[in-house]
Amino acid sequence: MTGVEQLGDRPELLAVEGLTKAYPGVVANSDVSFTVAEGEIHALLGENGAGKSTLVKTIYGLVRPDSGQMRMSGAPFAPAEPRAARAAGVAMVFQHFSLFEALTVAENVALGMERPPPQRALSARIRDVSEAYGLPLDPARLVGDLSAGERQRVEIIRCLLQEPRLLIMDEPTSVLTPQEVGILFATLRKLSAEGTAILYISHKLEEIRALCDSATILRRGKVVATCTPREKTARDLAELMVGETLTPPARPAPAEWEGPPALEVSGLTVASPMPFGTSLKGIGFTVKRGEVLGIAGVAGNGQDELLLALSGELRSAPEMVRAAGHPVGQEGPNERRRRGFVSAPEERLGHAAAPAMSLVENALLSGAIRRGLVRRGFVDWRRTRAFAAEVVQDYDVRTPGTHVAARALSGGNLQKFVIGRELSQQPAVIVVNQPTWGVDAAAAAAIRQVLLDRAAEGAAVVVISQDLDELLEIADRFAALNEGRLSAPRPVQGLTVEEIGLMMGGAHGMHAAAGDAGEHLHAQA
Amino acid sequence: MLRLERRPTPSRLWTAATPVLAVIATMIAGGLLFALLGKPPVEAIRTIFWDPLFGQYASYSRPQLLVKAGPLILIAIGLSLGFRAQVWNIGAEGQYIMGALFGAAVGLAAYPADSVLLLPAMAVAGACGGFLWAMIPAILKTRFNTNEILVSLMLVYVAQHMMSAASFGLLRNPEGMGFPGSRNFQQYPAAFNGELIPGTGMHWGVVAAFCAVIGAYVLLSRHILGFQIRVAGEAPRAARFAGVSPALLTSVCLGISGALAGLAGLFEVTGPAGQITTDFASGYGFTAIIVAFLGRLNPFGILLAGLLMALTYIGGELAQLMLNLPAAAIQAFQGMLLFFLLAFDVLANFRLRLAKGARA
Amino acid sequence: MIGSIDPILLIASLMVASTPILLAALGELVVEKAGVLNLGVEGMMITGAIAGFIAAVETGSPFAGFVAAAAAGAALSLIFALLTQFLLSNQVATGLALTLFGIGFSALIGQGYTGIRPPATPRLDLGPLSDLPVIGPILFRHDPMVYVSLALVVAVGLFLRRSRAGLILRAVGESHDAAHALGYKVVRIRILAILFGGACAGLGGAYLSLVRVPQWTEGMTAGAGWIALAIVVFASWRPGRVLAGAYLFGGVTVLQLNLQAAGVAIPVQYLSMAPYLITILVLVVISADRSRAALNAPAALGKSFHASS
Repeated sequence: MTGVEQLGDRPELLAVEGLTKAYPGVVANSDVSFTVAEGEIHALLGENGAGKSTLVKTIYGLVRPDSGQMRMSGAPFAPAEPRAARAAGVAMVFQHFSLFEALTVAENVALGMERPPPQRALSARIRDVSEAYGLPLDPARLVGDLSAGERQRVEIIRCLLQEPRLLIMDEPTSVLTPQEVGILFATLRKLSAEGTAILYISHKLEEIRALCDSATILRRGKVVATCTPREKTARDLAELMVGETLTPPARPAPAEWEGPPALEVSGLTVASPMPFGTSLKGIGFTVKRGEVLGIAGVAGNGQDELLLALSGELRSAPEMVRAAGHPVGQEGPNERRRRGFVSAPEERLGHAAAPAMSLVENALLSGAIRRGLVRRGFVDWRRTRAFAAEVVQDYDVRTPGTHVAARALSGGNLQKFVIGRELSQQPAVIVVNQPTWGVDAAAAAAIRQVLLDRAAEGAAVVVISQDLDELLEIADRFAALNEGRLSAPRPVQGLTVEEIGLMMGGAHGMHAAAGDAGEHLHAQA
Repeated sequence: MLRLERRPTPSRLWTAATPVLAVIATMIAGGLLFALLGKPPVEAIRTIFWDPLFGQYASYSRPQLLVKAGPLILIAIGLSLGFRAQVWNIGAEGQYIMGALFGAAVGLAAYPADSVLLLPAMAVAGACGGFLWAMIPAILKTRFNTNEILVSLMLVYVAQHMMSAASFGLLRNPEGMGFPGSRNFQQYPAAFNGELIPGTGMHWGVVAAFCAVIGAYVLLSRHILGFQIRVAGEAPRAARFAGVSPALLTSVCLGISGALAGLAGLFEVTGPAGQITTDFASGYGFTAIIVAFLGRLNPFGILLAGLLMALTYIGGELAQLMLNLPAAAIQAFQGMLLFFLLAFDVLANFRLRLAKGARA
Repeated sequence: MIGSIDPILLIASLMVASTPILLAALGELVVEKAGVLNLGVEGMMITGAIAGFIAAVETGSPFAGFVAAAAAGAALSLIFALLTQFLLSNQVATGLALTLFGIGFSALIGQGYTGIRPPATPRLDLGPLSDLPVIGPILFRHDPMVYVSLALVVAVGLFLRRSRAGLILRAVGESHDAAHALGYKVVRIRILAILFGGACAGLGGAYLSLVRVPQWTEGMTAGAGWIALAIVVFASWRPGRVLAGAYLFGGVTVLQLNLQAAGVAIPVQYLSMAPYLITILVLVVISADRSRAALNAPAALGKSFHASS
């Protein structure tokens, strides 16, 4: 297989020199330089907001740098648009998919190619290539009907059909089960052996250690280190990436609480309100006071719908959801808030918060009931302002004031505001979806800590997340969503990665491109 | 190259300044248009914007300002609530007609009643007429997800034919010697909505409009329903998260705007118009859309915008008289105003920047 | 009474009555498939109606009239395109502005043209085909624009389904962000679609003033543009169904006109309401079936695109 020592022999493919790109108020990239050799798997490692996305968008021709230059096989490379980058042999698999749900797989692939063959020939090629790389796909299906893992296959196939020299992958494993990750890695290694260089963007350290030949580590837009990840421990890499040592959240001693379970869900079956959504099928679990239930699953397996069904935005038969013994399935969000439910949806801007409204108004959004901000239908703005200020203060939200619009806050700060707004309401039941998505490490640790603190005070907590490490860190019990069904919850203690992967749906019908996928899985775990 | 850059927080200054800019730009563009039509541009603009208030015939035209502004403001206030919630009622003209029909029908059925309660009863009937007419798109929207824009608009044409049918049939003046049109309310004291203070143009409809402005302001700034309307327009998913029922909100917004438009129609037919005729509908329901946007969907903004738009109506009539400017010119002029407003709107949410030269 | 209505003439005039809305609806279909909601169809139609009328009267050539109408419709739609695509104005409000402006503007420039007859648009001579019994008068004795509109149905269908440009257009309407990420020029593609829609609406308007009526009166479109919008929804964004919808609507219009002429004992006003009421009814039936309506609606319809990265 490919080894680090061979790297020196390979010719240089991409060289980035002194790239700088500034946006109003933030320098995304500052004097970034690194090189990628042909056939090399090169990691770009960094926290959220470290500048990885801007950097790869520059290479793919979506962003023009302010200064600096690039070379492709020694020739100057300055793509003005993605088409130029593709012509030079660069292909990219996006983190947020660049797919069209209402179009077929074949149409989606055709859109990513410069001169696609006629549909029939293209469909045949899609079948061939997808079989060869162990990523089976039906070209005639609508992308909207595919799972997240299958959608990623569409993106990868689209790239592979162009026979790229450099394949950029932006956080590809966030939508995969551990088994699927193993198969993806096998595919990437096969590509690398065939001479395709891969620029692999991630913040997951173990993955990078298992897969990559070399790594460039970014922090706040600057290159802080270039290294061979296999020669470093995960802890070393984490410190390079974050710049400080983080303490894992402290778990207060569990207490026993009286009374019926705070939240009981049984036989929860509801249709998705969204086009191409996932309906929930017979979901059941209970959460006691003081307990944290972690719900894993690959994106698009019913996470959004589950949050809606628990928050009350999506109603079900009354007895499908019970709060402290009372059937509440038919109650709306505000009726459930009166019972002590609080929730934080995944999408911060547009769902948990109204983008153009101020933090004060956003505080009123979900705090009106439990914080008594409305009297006889009239809003008490003074108390609302005080509430918003309290959240900003207590949860360390960095903002010029509570009058600014929600969209003016960075992702991490807004998430702290949203979580703080919900957790400052003396909740009995807390439901959060992706509580630390896109949040920097320090803020993520703080958010996990307050969730544990509320549990210690007697709240029942449901954490839905695609970050397995996060769930294993804070959950008492663990379950996984797969195609709208929930596996039986199990205690976190003693769970193995394989078991978790199987709960999440295993390999979803994929098969390894070369060698045994299980082997890579072990390497990763 | 100019480039747009999204402002983190919408600019308050520009939100207030864009209508003023739009009016100035419209005056310039309108002047050019008039010049092309062979009319003296400066004189035309002065005739439209200045003469109705301070010119030779101002004593006649000044009261007209409130007469014309009243229905515009009343309808626009209702529309603005819906527009804020992204509920697009563009059939206010139909609701205005139905309000007039319902209210007039009550009054004419009671002819020749002589009760102080008659006009209030007619007002209630008028509001009901507009409300019911607006509930058709509301129910179709909430029950069947039918586009409210198209339904409310189709209903304008239906209402116009109803109006015509009524003036030929059901509501025709029995003493009218067979001419189409109802009895004239000006000769029916109990049902007549006359001038309250002589020489001002102030009638009950204008009073209702002022009340609507204040009510809408309180609703939007202090009441939770107003907050819900704003959130629903701003971020529909966040509104659902906040426990707002989209169906209920759609019905409330359409219902209020329908009732206010109906009220405007009733006060018009019993006052300035005087009777149900085939050409009663004068386009107030459509012009009110411009008024709502020009006023930034803000109650006091709408008050000013309504007065300004009324001014262009009166000025337009004056220009027709003095300069032989075609009647349609003022309509084109109003449409142009909305264009400029929408164009300048970008400044409230975006910053204009000179893009740096492309370097790679 | 009712027996005095000739079914052959009825069907033939149905095709003529449907053509204006068919043209406008086809244009709007392409615009909406690109993810843009232009509610200004009525305004563009009536501007096309007067521009075409003036050009035809002044040059004496109906052909010049149709060309001018298409150009005028496209010119007006360009205002909409600039406002919504560059200045990111609200599409609903801008479309309404377009309609209000178009109605006023057309009345303004049409001042001297009321009561004039435009030059007649010749019928296409299809030789023996036109002489066929029954079929001949129904299908083969129309003016060229009827056939142009039918050809356009086929062309738009093929363009959207089969061509690469059509695929890109649909992709832009589905997700402008994804299309942008792949390097497609979202704004440019949308502007072209809007211009096409404007030209089609202009043609539809000119057909009204030059063939169907034929003369110029203020506000003569009387909601035809709005009905075209409704037909696009009715057709679930499919060209073939736009044809069906337009002909259905044309049929209702012609029938009620014939009933009026035949002196049926229903007041004229109630008969005149029929087309609008039928449109509402059809809209309700279509939108009540949520699964089908949602399947074809472009996902990015009506949303502004700003490449912020």
